[in-house]
Amino acid sequence: MSDHQSTYVPKTGFEKWLDSRLPIVRLAYDSFVDYPTPKNLNYWWTFGGILSVCLAIQIITGIILAMHYTPHVDYAFNSVERIMRDVNYGWLIRYVHANGASMFFFAVYIHMLRGLYYGSYKAPREVLWILGCIIFFLMIATAFMGYVLPWGQMSFHGAVVITNLIGSIPLIGGPILTWLQGGFAVDQATLNRFFSLHYLLPFVIAGVVILHIWALHVAGQNNPAGVEIKSKEDTVAFTPYATVKDGVAIIVFLFLFSVFVFFMPNALGHADNYIPANPLVTPAHIVPEWYLLPFYAILRAIPDKFGGVIAMFGSIAVIFALPWLDTSKVKSMRYRPVMRWFFVIFVIVCLGLGWCGAQLPDAQVIPGLPSFTLFDGQLNSYLWLTRLFTIYYFVFFLLIMPWIGLKEEPLPVPASISEAVLAEHNKKKG
Amino acid sequence: MSEPDNTAAAVNDDPSRRDFIYIAAGATAVGAVGAIAVPLVAQMNPAADTLAMASTEFDLTKVQEGQQIVIKWRGKPVFIRSRTGAEIKAAQDTPLADLKDPQTDADRVKAGKEQWLILVGSCTHLGCVPTFGAGDYGGWFCPCHGSHYDTSGRIRKGPAPLNLVVPEYDFLTDTRVKIG
Repeated sequence: MSDHQSTYVPKTGFEKWLDSRLPIVRLAYDSFVDYPTPKNLNYWWTFGGILSVCLAIQIITGIILAMHYTPHVDYAFNSVERIMRDVNYGWLIRYVHANGASMFFFAVYIHMLRGLYYGSYKAPREVLWILGCIIFFLMIATAFMGYVLPWGQMSFHGAVVITNLIGSIPLIGGPILTWLQGGFAVDQATLNRFFSLHYLLPFVIAGVVILHIWALHVAGQNNPAGVEIKSKEDTVAFTPYATVKDGVAIIVFLFLFSVFVFFMPNALGHADNYIPANPLVTPAHIVPEWYLLPFYAILRAIPDKFGGVIAMFGSIAVIFALPWLDTSKVKSMRYRPVMRWFFVIFVIVCLGLGWCGAQLPDAQVIPGLPSFTLFDGQLNSYLWLTRLFTIYYFVFFLLIMPWIGLKEEPLPVPASISEAVLAEHNKKKG
Repeated sequence: MSEPDNTAAAVNDDPSRRDFIYIAAGATAVGAVGAIAVPLVAQMNPAADTLAMASTEFDLTKVQEGQQIVIKWRGKPVFIRSRTGAEIKAAQDTPLADLKDPQTDADRVKAGKEQWLILVGSCTHLGCVPTFGAGDYGGWFCPCHGSHYDTSGRIRKGPAPLNLVVPEYDFLTDTRVKIG
């Protein structure tokens, strides 16, 4: 926290010398050792640390892969296969990188939902939240461009479909599309620039992560009780308490990571991406990676092409506005008995959107159930299920958030973190 | 410099001179940023070799009636379809009122060469390659998001907004076309 006084005392002569020239050890000590952490943080708070590990893994494996990869339409696919077969431990590094993207998104979704549940976006943490949203958006862009690089069928046609979204913008869409692709179709120029940007963006993400942590350390961490730190009794030192707790979570997370890398490395990918890109044939069923499926579902829910693009970007933009959409003064949903249920439905809807995004829009949701045509599709189809979920997604942010905040009668909020901890302790004992 | 009073007086005496320097410097900086941005942005546009899109020639005798061949032109697939009499008739007899993007079949082929339908094989929705002979109208069906095209390549059903694009092409001889 900003009012936290530095307690760092340089011990050795060198530390004293350095401290008066570049107080970098002091910064690290104040940020990650002596930093006061709310003492009631639960395991949902360990995903920040897990995400830092994910970013580090992606950058390290990515730099190594770039040493062996060739960004050329004729060689890209084969260079990836060479990494898999010939490069020493290339299979391991590529599988860690490919599955690492999935693990990264898995962790970031939990991190975001934790923020949503405990109201971590509310004053004074709006900027912290928006920086997180920017990181999420950059992650989507980076992951999309990375998926194009192996130049398989899904890579290629995914790139065609997504870049063509830009082309749907009225008037300026066409020229912007040509500018992005560097030609009249997804081709060498597109692959080459995607490689360049895929290498660059993780470092931009790292930069925004630093701002994110800075903002976190100015506002102080939120906590499950959702009340601010009032006294020293409410906190413990970051080291060892938070570092060790984060460490335990990171180890468990790496177990899960390893299960994917070593036992089911292609489970989250798509078999069609092991077919070299062929611009003349589109795979029968184009799907993005699982972590983008909810947004893909929203895109397809709207019958108008440009409208679909607006809805998809809108579904991300609305997250940025969350601090001003929620009207409730109570941060943690522990003390919001009504909102809590809407949150549970929201999580189910997001999972449902992901499920719908992987299905053919015209397929029946319940096979054999009689149905009728509503406007442009069968009611018993993924098209209408997706629309239902999409409506809830936007209603949750734009109507439920502001309205429930005004109407809801919150439960009594504890006066301090210490009080919340003691109350819980007594409940368990008695 | 040795007489600070004088300097201060000079500024106060002639503020417009100082303003002029500020505005001139600022305008130059803005202009310079703009001038630097132009090449940095423009390099992303298609390069000269990409723009010099080689036209492609094709021997029509390779296509049997009722079939299509897909060739690559400007990085995109081009459909060359030899239509049957029934397909041509179906395309010609479709009333314009039934079409989302109204266009007669005659506008989409060369006069006297109604048999040959030449189209850019890129769905006008999001650019997937439609499947030949599938869909409700016997033309093409886009597997990505379910757009149906008729035997003239016109959009009939689904999310695509426009008909499949007819590229620029000419018959060099009766059996040879030049696309582009």
